[in-house]
Amino acid sequence: MNKDSNAQGKAPGITEHSRIRRRSYLIGLFYATILTLASFWASSTDLIYEPGVPILLAVLAIAQMGVHLVFFLHISSAPDQTNNFLALAFGIFVVGLVVFGSMIIMDNLNHAMMPMDQLMQMQR
Amino acid sequence: MNVMTQTVPTSEAVPLSMRGPAPVQVVVGYGFWLFLLSDIIIFAALFAAYAVLSGETNEGPPGAALFDKTHVFFETACLLASSMTCGFATLAVQRRSMLGAFPWMVVTLILGVTFLGMEWAEFVHMLAAGNGPSRSAFLSAFFTLVGTHGLHVTVGLFWLVIMMLQAATLGLRPIVRRRFFCFGLFWHALDIVWIGVFTIVYLGAR
Repeated sequence: MNKDSNAQGKAPGITEHSRIRRRSYLIGLFYATILTLASFWASSTDLIYEPGVPILLAVLAIAQMGVHLVFFLHISSAPDQTNNFLALAFGIFVVGLVVFGSMIIMDNLNHAMMPMDQLMQMQR
Repeated sequence: MNVMTQTVPTSEAVPLSMRGPAPVQVVVGYGFWLFLLSDIIIFAALFAAYAVLSGETNEGPPGAALFDKTHVFFETACLLASSMTCGFATLAVQRRSMLGAFPWMVVTLILGVTFLGMEWAEFVHMLAAGNGPSRSAFLSAFFTLVGTHGLHVTVGLFWLVIMMLQAATLGLRPIVRRRFFCFGLFWHALDIVWIGVFTIVYLGAR
């Protein structure tokens, strides 16, 4: 099965040896647990410089998403995974456009908008 | 399968256009992967709406006054553990081991229902205090984003129950194995979305 599917690329999550995959789930769970605990700790501690906390949370979240992709969904940059990897890259690109694009546009609109009380007076 | 490996030479020898159609498993997995990515883009739109509206509380309670981090931590633990048990179930299904698969499926189901119950309790608590989706733009965005995730988990649990029934009645034949494989991908993707939810909505609340 694997020999002829290698020639055509692989579906996400297909690997050869189930013992290796079982270990990969355990490794993934280990990393994900540590990163989750770190996130909850970082959000409630006073030890970290306050404005740096959101950046740290973002880094931890992105790291944990990476752990889930690699150890649970078994996405890699191997040659037989090119299709999956390209689709993922395009997905991340669109997600970035939607999220950051919306935030930048709405922020600019907020700056350009007249304060609400003045706007109400103009409408009278 | 042996016939296949004898007649199909290695990838270097045959150009891509002459290799014939890919195996069903590859096509199904890739197609479902594309669906998952488009589903994640739906969530990206909801995350963008939440990021824009999270400060617009209309003099109602802000997120920090509403969310209980301990509660969220146990929700996260349930979903993370269920992701691993779902992975073990998928491995057992690919091995065609009914005895290995069913206990993990049941554990996944229990953890998923626990997560959903905790989320439901949180929503009921907020609604009872008058902080429903109509209270402010912030709460509209919150209920849309977290509710959509909860809806996906609900659909996933129905799917899991259907897969258990199919495994019991049809056996672990190839089509059932492919369906369960797709369910596993769906469940892992929901866990990835939840990382974004607990980081941005719950831990990022000011």
